[in-house]
Amino acid sequence: MAVSSSRILRSVLREEAFYFFTSIGNYTGQSAASLDEFLQKIKEVNIKSLEFHLYREDFEKWISQTLGDAKLAEDIKGLRNMKVVGNALRDRLYFLVSRRLKDLKGAPQASR
Amino acid sequence: MKIKGQGVSLDALDWRILQLLQENSKLTFTEIGNKLDVAHSTVYDRIQKMEEHGIIKKYRAIVDLEKAGIQQITALITIHTDPKESENIAQRLTGFLEVLEVSSSFSEELVVNAKVISQDQAKLHSFIAQSIAPLPGVLRIRTSIITKKYKEETSQPFL
Repeated sequence: MAVSSSRILRSVLREEAFYFFTSIGNYTGQSAASLDEFLQKIKEVNIKSLEFHLYREDFEKWISQTLGDAKLAEDIKGLRNMKVVGNALRDRLYFLVSRRLKDLKGAPQASR
Repeated sequence: MKIKGQGVSLDALDWRILQLLQENSKLTFTEIGNKLDVAHSTVYDRIQKMEEHGIIKKYRAIVDLEKAGIQQITALITIHTDPKESENIAQRLTGFLEVLEVSSSFSEELVVNAKVISQDQAKLHSFIAQSIAPLPGVLRIRTSIITKKYKEETSQPFL
């Protein structure tokens, strides 16, 4: 069953938010409680944090299991499989999430 | 032991009894009496009073989990907090089974320290991410996993 855009775009409870870590147990102080906020944090967090979570599959899990967006989770899985690191990872992740946000909000897609 | 109002004052014999009990709480009154050259009834009386006044809080076994076949890791967690929330965070931490010790300290800023056990790194991370990071007022968390213990004293010296 398809999940509605409004459900994916909602803000979740504090306990369900995504907490950015740079390694096991090292929390950056940054968190995201919605996909909009997640996009913003992609620009701000330490690149180590993005690499840490991508390769643990944390982004996919949170986006599919908490937000309910299987499509974006699948896109991010593809990014993981490409083994992108560093700023290329930040840029690519930002692109994927912003494109999905525009889709969900009914705005025209960003050009590739 | 002398009782002064609400407080108590221990004498040298009390302290020596406590030292022996910290080293081995299974010692009998007679064994303690023999070591300290006093009657076992004196030892009984002193211990009874120290238990009644909460100076001796409890007797317990110290288990060597590794020998018991249980694998676990210990981590030292430093939680940088909003000063207004430090007390609440510390109190919340005391309620988790995984948390062995909680304290607060001040260096450049107020932090809450916790000693935590877990079965493995994945479970440790989940615990921190799901139970500690979401607490209101948590600013940052730094975690060190203990790799080797050089000293672990279970009894406290009376300095």
